[in-house]
Amino acid sequence: MVSFNILVAVALSYVALLFSVAFYAERKADQGRGAWLYSPIVYTLSLSIYCTAWTFYGAVGYAARSGLEFVTIYLGPTIVLVGWWWVLRRLVRIGRAQRITSIADLISSRFGKSKSLGVIVTILAVVAATPYIALQLQSVTLSFAVFAEAGGQPWGADKLNGGAIAVAIGLAIFTVFFGTRNLDANERHHGIVMAIAVEAVVKLFALLAVGAFVVWGIAGGPSQILAQIDASPISQWEQDGARWVGLIFVSGAAFICLPRMFQVLVVENVDERHLNIAGWAFPTYLMLMSLFVVPIAVVGLAILPEGANPDLFVLTVPLSQGRDGLAMFSFLGGFSSATSMVIVSTIALATMVSNHIVVPIWLRVQAGAGAKMSGDVRSVILLARRLSIGGILALGYLYFRVSGGGTALAAIGLVSFSGAVQVLPVLIGGVFWRGATRIGAAMGLITGFLVWGWTLFLPSFGAGAFISETVMAQGPFSIYWLRPTALFGIDGMDALVHGIVWSMLLNALMFFLGSVFSFPTPMERLQGAQFVNVFDYSTGSASRHTDAADAEDLLIMSQRIMGGTEAQAFFQAEAMSQGKSGYLPDVTSHFIERLERELAGSVGAATAHAMMGPLTDGHGMSVEDLIAVADEAAQILEYSNQLEAKSAEQEHTARALRTANEKLTVLSVQKDAFLSQISHELRTPMTSIRSFSEILRDGEMTPAEQERYAGIIHDETLRLTRLLDDLLDLSVLANGQVTLQDQSGDLKGLIDRAVSVAGGDTEGLRILRNPSSEALGVRTDLDRLGQVFINLITNARKYCDADAPQLRIKVGRVSGHYCIDFIDNGSGILAENQALIFEKFARVSDEQKAGSAGLGLAICREIMQRLGGQISYLPGQGGAAFRVVLPPAAILAIR
Amino acid sequence: MSPPHKSAVFLERRAYQKRRMRDLARGVPVFGAVLWSIPLLWQQGDAGGQGTQNSAAVVYIFVVWIILIVLAALISRAVRSDREQPPDVKNG
Amino acid sequence: MAKRVLLIEDEPNIIEAISFILSRDGWTVHTHENGETAMTKVRAFPPDLIILDVMLPGRSGFDILRDLRGDDETAQTPVMMLTARGQSKDRELALRLGANHFMTKPFSNAEVRDNVRALMEA
Repeated sequence: MVSFNILVAVALSYVALLFSVAFYAERKADQGRGAWLYSPIVYTLSLSIYCTAWTFYGAVGYAARSGLEFVTIYLGPTIVLVGWWWVLRRLVRIGRAQRITSIADLISSRFGKSKSLGVIVTILAVVAATPYIALQLQSVTLSFAVFAEAGGQPWGADKLNGGAIAVAIGLAIFTVFFGTRNLDANERHHGIVMAIAVEAVVKLFALLAVGAFVVWGIAGGPSQILAQIDASPISQWEQDGARWVGLIFVSGAAFICLPRMFQVLVVENVDERHLNIAGWAFPTYLMLMSLFVVPIAVVGLAILPEGANPDLFVLTVPLSQGRDGLAMFSFLGGFSSATSMVIVSTIALATMVSNHIVVPIWLRVQAGAGAKMSGDVRSVILLARRLSIGGILALGYLYFRVSGGGTALAAIGLVSFSGAVQVLPVLIGGVFWRGATRIGAAMGLITGFLVWGWTLFLPSFGAGAFISETVMAQGPFSIYWLRPTALFGIDGMDALVHGIVWSMLLNALMFFLGSVFSFPTPMERLQGAQFVNVFDYSTGSASRHTDAADAEDLLIMSQRIMGGTEAQAFFQAEAMSQGKSGYLPDVTSHFIERLERELAGSVGAATAHAMMGPLTDGHGMSVEDLIAVADEAAQILEYSNQLEAKSAEQEHTARALRTANEKLTVLSVQKDAFLSQISHELRTPMTSIRSFSEILRDGEMTPAEQERYAGIIHDETLRLTRLLDDLLDLSVLANGQVTLQDQSGDLKGLIDRAVSVAGGDTEGLRILRNPSSEALGVRTDLDRLGQVFINLITNARKYCDADAPQLRIKVGRVSGHYCIDFIDNGSGILAENQALIFEKFARVSDEQKAGSAGLGLAICREIMQRLGGQISYLPGQGGAAFRVVLPPAAILAIR
Repeated sequence: MSPPHKSAVFLERRAYQKRRMRDLARGVPVFGAVLWSIPLLWQQGDAGGQGTQNSAAVVYIFVVWIILIVLAALISRAVRSDREQPPDVKNG
Repeated sequence: MAKRVLLIEDEPNIIEAISFILSRDGWTVHTHENGETAMTKVRAFPPDLIILDVMLPGRSGFDILRDLRGDDETAQTPVMMLTARGQSKDRELALRLGANHFMTKPFSNAEVRDNVRALMEA
C-alpha cells in the first residue's frame, strides 16, 4: 500500500518539477532562445486546460451514471476546433491585432472600449468560474482522501478543508509567481504555458495508462470491453436528444467563451498558424482523453463494490488491483488537470479584474492627484493582479466550504459552462456584425446573466438554499410563469436545457434588438469596423513578440503623422542613442516619452498622449488601432494643412504687401529726410552767400571787411559746388552709371597723393605710415580708390578730436585680403552709430563743420562696392578706424 | 477592385483551388455536427433492452471523431491562415 | 541801453552775418553755438530776444524753445526761429511751441532786421 506520506512527497516533487519547468521556460524566453516555446505542439497542449479534474475524474463518473452523454463535453470543442476557419481564426487575429488581454477586454474593446461592458463580463466570468475553481479544489482534496483512506487513515471534513486550503495557497503562490512576473504587453506567460503543456502530457498519459490497464490488463482486449459494455448497466443508448444537442452546443461555446480558454486560445497565442495544427491535434487529444472513459466506467462498475464513488474510479480501479504506481500516476494526472485549470483560470480572471475593475478605480481615484507615472501604473496593475489571484482563489475556497464540498458541487460544472457562454452572442455578434452596439451588448449580457442566474445558478445550490421551494414550485410572488425551471409556464424541459435555451434566446434577442435600436458612438463604429473587417486591417504574418516589431509599428505610425523623413531621422537618432544601428530603437519608456513629445508636435499633446498612453499602460489600444487613428489624424492633418496652406498663402501675400508697404513708407520717410537734408545742406551756404552779398551791396564798410565777406561768399560757393558734385557723384555711383578706369600703379604712390590732396602731413593731423608695407602693385580705378583715401583722411582731419591728432595708415593682410586701415587717435564713433555712418547724410552728431554734407562715407562705400572691395568701420582701435579691403583682383605684385 | 493578373490561367486555377479548400475547411465542422446529430435518431433504450447498443454507439462516435481529425489534418495543409483573404469572403 | 539779442546758431558764417546786420541796427548781439548749453547761457544772460536755429549740435532748437516757454523768466521772451530745412511742419511745430516768428534760410538781411525790430517793439 502506498503510504500517504509518499504520495505527498511525490505530489510535492511534481510541483517542484513544474516550478523548474516554468523557470526554465521563462529564462529561455528572456534570453530569446525559446523558439520551441512557440511551437504549435506547446500551443495545442496548453489548450488541454479545457480538460479539468472535472473531466479527468468526473467523465468516468458521468459515464457510469449517464452513459455516453459525457462525450458531448468533448464533441462541442472538437467541432469548434475542426471549424477553426470560421470563428477561432477570426478571434485569434483580432486578439493579436487589437492586443486583447482577456475576453472582457475583447468585448469592451469591440464596443468602443466600453468600461461598463468590461465590468459586466468580468463579474459574469468571476461568478461563473468560482464554483468551477471550487470543484477543482474538491477533486484534488478528494483524491488525497482516497489515498488516505486506502492507507487506513480516512480523512474527516477538517482534513479535507485543510487539504483544500493547502492546495489553494500553493496554487496562489505558483500563479502569482509565474503569472505576474512581468507585465508583458501581450499578456503571455511562457513559464505557465510550458508547465501546463507538461501537465497536459501527464494527464493524457495517466488516463491512457489507466485505460490501457483496464482494457488489456483487466478486461482482456477491446472486444471484451465492448462485450462488457453490453453487459453493463449502461449498455443501452438512453440519451435525451435535447441534452445531447444542448451540451454539444454549450461545451463548444464554452470552449471559446471560458475566460481560461480564451486566455490560452487567443491571448497566449504566439502565432496564428498554430491554429492550423491545433485544429486537428487538439481534437485528437480530446479523443484520446475520452477513449477509455467508458471502459473504465464499466470495469469500475463491474469490479468495485456497489456504492463506490464512480467519480474516483480512475484512482480506485488501479488501487483495488494493487497497482499503486499506476494509481499514483493517475493521481498526478488528476492533480495536473486541477492545477492547470485553476492556474490559467485565475490568471485570466485576475487580468480581467485588475484591468477592468481595480485599475480604472485606481486611476479615477488618482485622477485628482496629478500627473501619473507609467511606472506607477505598472506596479499598481501588478499588485492588483496579485491581489485578484489571491482573491479569486479565496473565493473558490470559500465556495468550496459554503457548498459543503458535496455532490451539489459536481453538478455545477455544466451550470458554470452555461454561465460562461452568456458571452457568446455578444462575442460572435461583435466579430461578425458591424451593427452590434454597446447598448445592445450590455442588454444582452445582463439579460443572459439574469436568466442564467435565475434558472440555473441559484437553483444549483439546491431548493431552499437561495430560492425557496415555494418559489421553485410556484414562481416568485406566485407568478407562475417565472418559475426558475419552467419559464413562461412551459413545464417538462430538462432543467439545464431549459436554462440554456431561455438564457441564450433572451440574451441574443435583447442583444439584437438593443443593437438595432441604438446608435453607436464613433469609437464603437471604428472598433466595430476593425473587428469585423479584421482581415482587411491586419496581416497574420509571423509572430510579433519582440520589441523590434513594436518599434516598427511605432515607426509606421509615426511616419504617417510626422512624415517619413522626420520619423526615420527621429527613430534613427533614438536607436543611435541606445547604441543600436538602424531605425528601430528598443521600446523603452524613455523612448515612448520622447516619441510622444515628438508626436505632440504634430497632432497636439492630448492626442499624442491618447495615442501613446495605452502603450505605456501596457494594455488597451493596439498599434493597429493607433495606426487607424493616425490615418484619420493624418487625413485631418492633411485637410487642415491644405487649409493652412491656403491661408498661409494669403498670409504670405498679405505679409509681402505689408512689407512692401512698410518699405515704401520707410522709403518715403527716407526721401523726406533726404530732401530735408539736401535742403539744409544747400540752404545753409546759400544763407551766408545771400546775407553777405546783401551786406556788400549795402556798402559802408572797410576794405578789410569787404575782402573778408567776399572770401566767405567764395568759400560758401565752393562748398555748394562740392556738395552738388558729391550728390551727382553718389547718384551716378548708386545707379551704376559710373565707368571704371583700368589703371595700374603702386599703393604707396596712391596714398602719397591722397595725403597731399587731403592737406598733407601737418600739425593739424600727423600721418603715420609704414612705407615698406605699402610696396604693393594695384590695378583698379586708381582715381576712385584715391578718392576713398582722400575722404578718409579728410574725415580724420575734420573729426579727430584728439589734442594732437594722428592718423595711422596701415597696410596688411587679413585672411588673404589686402587691407588698408585708417586709424586716428580721437574718441571714435559710438557703437550704436557705427552702422549708420555709411548712410547718406548720416550725422553721427550735429557737430558737422562747414563743408561736410555727410556724403563722404556713403560715396566711399559706393566706390568700394563698385571696385569689388569693401569699406567698414573697425571697432576697438582706440579711435575712429576704417578698413578698406582691396579687391583680390586689384593686387598685382609686391613691389 | 480586381488585382492585376499576370500569367493568368495558372494562377487563377491555383487561387480557385485554394478557395475551394477553404470551403472544405468550413464544411468540416458542419459535417461533424451532422454526423454527431445522427444519435438523435437512435432508438432510446428502455427496460426491454431494445435500444441502440452503447457499444456500437461508442464505436460510431469515435469513428466519426477519427474521420473528422483526419479530414481537418489534411485540409490544414491545404489552407494557410496567414494567406491573403480572397475579397469575396472578407466579411464573412 | 541797447536791447540784447541772443543768437543761438552753429554756422559761423551765418552767426557773423546776423551779428553784423543786427549790430549795425543797434542791438547788442550775443552768440551761442551749442544747443546743450543754450539754456545755461540764457539764464546767465537774460536776453530781450532770442534767435534760435532748429538744427543745433547737442540739442534741437525745438527742445530749447520748449524749455524757454516752460521757464517763467523766459516765457515771455520773444523767440524767432531759423531753419534751413524749409518744411511746413517745422513751422507749425515752432509756432505751436510758442515761437513768435519763424524764418526759413536763406533770408534777406532786411527781413531779419525788420522782424527783430517788430518783435522788440511789440
